[in-house]
Amino acid sequence: MTALLQHPGYDEEKLRRVAEQLPCREVQAGLLLSLMGEPQQYSYPSIFIYGHRASGKSHVLHVLLKELELHHATVSCVECVSVALLFEQVLLSFFGCDAASLLPRSPSLSDFVRIYRQQPVTMETSSHQTVVLNPVVEDNVTVILLSEIVWDKFRPNTGCFEPLLLHFPDYSKGELQQILSQDRHPSYSAEFYSSYINILLGVFYSVCRDLRELRHLAALNFSKFCEPLEEGKVKETDTHKLWRNIEPHLKKAMQTVYLREVSSLQWEQMQLMEEKEAGALRGLSAHTHVELPFYSKFLLIAAYLASYNPARTDKRFFLKHHGKIRKTNFLKKNEKTSNHLLGPKPFPLDRLLAIFYSVVDSRVAPTASIFSQISSLVTLQLLTQVSHDDQLDAPKYKCAVSLDFICAISRTVNFDIVKYLYDFL
Amino acid sequence: MSKRKVKDVHRPIGECITQVQQILRERFCHQQLPDRPEGLEAQYKHLLELLRRSAIQGESNSVLIVGPRGAGKTMLLQCVLRDLLQEKEAQKNLLQVHLNGLLQTDDRIALKEITRQLNLENVVGDKVFVSVQTEYYEQILENKTAEKSPGDRSSSRPVLFVLDEFDLFAHHKNQTLLYNLFDVSQSAQTPVAVVGVTCRLDVLELLEKRVKSRFSHRQIHLLSSFGFSEYLQTVRTQLSLPDDFTDRGFAQDWNSSIQTLCEDKSVEEALQRHFNSSKDFRSLHMLLMLCLSRVSVSKPSIKPADLLDASRLCLCDAKANMLHGLSILELCLIIAMKHLNDVYEGEPFNLQMVHNEFKKFLQRKSNSMYNFEQPVVMKAFEHLQQLELIRPVDGSSAKTQREFQLMRLMLDHSQIMEALQKYPQCPTDVKQWAMSAFG
Repeated sequence: MTALLQHPGYDEEKLRRVAEQLPCREVQAGLLLSLMGEPQQYSYPSIFIYGHRASGKSHVLHVLLKELELHHATVSCVECVSVALLFEQVLLSFFGCDAASLLPRSPSLSDFVRIYRQQPVTMETSSHQTVVLNPVVEDNVTVILLSEIVWDKFRPNTGCFEPLLLHFPDYSKGELQQILSQDRHPSYSAEFYSSYINILLGVFYSVCRDLRELRHLAALNFSKFCEPLEEGKVKETDTHKLWRNIEPHLKKAMQTVYLREVSSLQWEQMQLMEEKEAGALRGLSAHTHVELPFYSKFLLIAAYLASYNPARTDKRFFLKHHGKIRKTNFLKKNEKTSNHLLGPKPFPLDRLLAIFYSVVDSRVAPTASIFSQISSLVTLQLLTQVSHDDQLDAPKYKCAVSLDFICAISRTVNFDIVKYLYDFL
Repeated sequence: MSKRKVKDVHRPIGECITQVQQILRERFCHQQLPDRPEGLEAQYKHLLELLRRSAIQGESNSVLIVGPRGAGKTMLLQCVLRDLLQEKEAQKNLLQVHLNGLLQTDDRIALKEITRQLNLENVVGDKVFVSVQTEYYEQILENKTAEKSPGDRSSSRPVLFVLDEFDLFAHHKNQTLLYNLFDVSQSAQTPVAVVGVTCRLDVLELLEKRVKSRFSHRQIHLLSSFGFSEYLQTVRTQLSLPDDFTDRGFAQDWNSSIQTLCEDKSVEEALQRHFNSSKDFRSLHMLLMLCLSRVSVSKPSIKPADLLDASRLCLCDAKANMLHGLSILELCLIIAMKHLNDVYEGEPFNLQMVHNEFKKFLQRKSNSMYNFEQPVVMKAFEHLQQLELIRPVDGSSAKTQREFQLMRLMLDHSQIMEALQKYPQCPTDVKQWAMSAFG
């Protein structure tokens, strides 16, 4: 392709190098370049670039500023927890550590501007994701702000100097394919790799369009994709067999690596092991399935029932002779008020113990060991304490486990919890 | 006798374009001062008179310049100061202190800045008074003026205080700085002029009673009361090249092309849209800057299409652009939220409800979407929260689990429908689900 970026005032060779490093982003780079103008000309004081994660905002800017050797300072707002760090970084990048050391102990914006003005500065600058500054310095400074969130959320009440808004659109499926195919392994052909990318995008594109995540997934799973090829079972062009091999693996990846349930290292190790040895991959959530003592399990079950059943229905579930309950007593269940959608409700300790005693078969004495088990459930964050710490005589709790978890637990004690839940009547 | 011929200088087109860019960029990006502020003659005269009386005749004054953002307040002040300082007496005597409410966020910092700008560090040393008395101000002013004109006690040097973002100074504790400045301007021997610049029209309500009584209640309003024809005229003059351009022929061609541009119907409509939303110069400069960035050697003039493109860029909906980049799962979640909002009339929802709604759609209508696991849906939901398309309702977020935390959708019905139209390769059943009345 011929030089897509052309601008007087900059070397053509440099621009060609820039264009090579920015695939699918030529339009945006060209726009930025034309806004910045030639190095000695003025450019618009404030530009706001917004777009999704991994849509190339910092990459484009970084490449442009580095290759064209424009004077710049890059600051990340996530790192600068206080304004002093921000000022120091900017002064350091522009003027060196002498200027940065001139900043007093807890500098205000006034000090920063004063020191900045004292230094001689001639060329363009940019800084990434900074607080909004009015153009109080009169020379040729451009503040470029990069963000995922739109400008409307940042605008102050009484207004300010509005920056020029630039949108970096997301990559389309074709563009993603093109960029991901650039990472190809040298020992395999380009078509082979692009068929792999095609399959990967087919599984993950409807869920995630983040370029970084997709690259990570592509890198992790490529060895598994090539496995049948290396074992000699299939040829490169046998796409159907390759697809059948990799597709369940990718589906599994979606449940584990994509969600960061397992680390990438664990995933790679699992791929190396044989299929029979692999077994179930223990994700992070699996660690919450701790083995609880017998009574704790029943306490947890009782807590779940107390949270998700309304109090007036306790009589029906837990008394031996509850008498005839007329259907009209139960209000017609509106789907919205299903407790499983709204969340757990708080319950007092007495109700928990009442349900516990009716649920546990054997006779249990209310000793301190039972109460201490309740506290340990709170520490394990399976229950949350809702009442204030000072209220000792009537504490309130909420159950913080999901339906799947409690079903698993009740299965281990042979208790059919679904029969006791109001929402599943 | 040879007549002196006016030589028509022709430069190569690349040089002309560079020069055009230089001149126009100085106008749009650098806020170059015009010779005379247009449309503000009365205000200009008023301010000039006032400051001249302070600078030359030793009168103390205070004035506020009030107007919406981008109306030209700072430009007016800079023009007046520039013209005032051309008079020798003013230039010799007048001392200036420029303060900005955004930089000097505290009275202490402001005081340090004043002493620094008046070069009084050697007199005051490192002492900074936390609670400043009026006498301190009078003292520093006397010190300053006495220092510079030692022989002549009767004429002390006038000091001009310019306070940008004046309304922010009114938020300082006890408004001490303002109180002292206005007090000095009322009572002291040294002539002091205080000029405040602010964008808030109700700035006087912010002042305390004692401060307000010392203020002269003189306000200069810049209310941009010009019509659309003047706006068009401004566009034309802003884009035209000055007479002293090196290549006269090129300048004439350029100016005539600007003339035809401004007479184009579609351009007029676009400018009317901009005029209706905001009349200020800054947004105009932004629009013209975008047009200017397309001027290059291969395209040495501004065409109507450029202006229309720039206008579209300025007026586009940012959130709709962000919606374009969401994955299909996230888009389905947003449609589910829209349905929930329709059915329950805007009450907040949580992830479980949204997931439930999505599952209903999958059971009944969908053939293209796959039933994703709860954690995957949770991750998509959290991504939407990160983009601030949904926000948690204020409440105790620590005590509720993430799936049950109530949220609100920050998008409008029309924004969602519009985004759906533009969404690339949207499956038809998803679109139909969105259009249907109830989930």
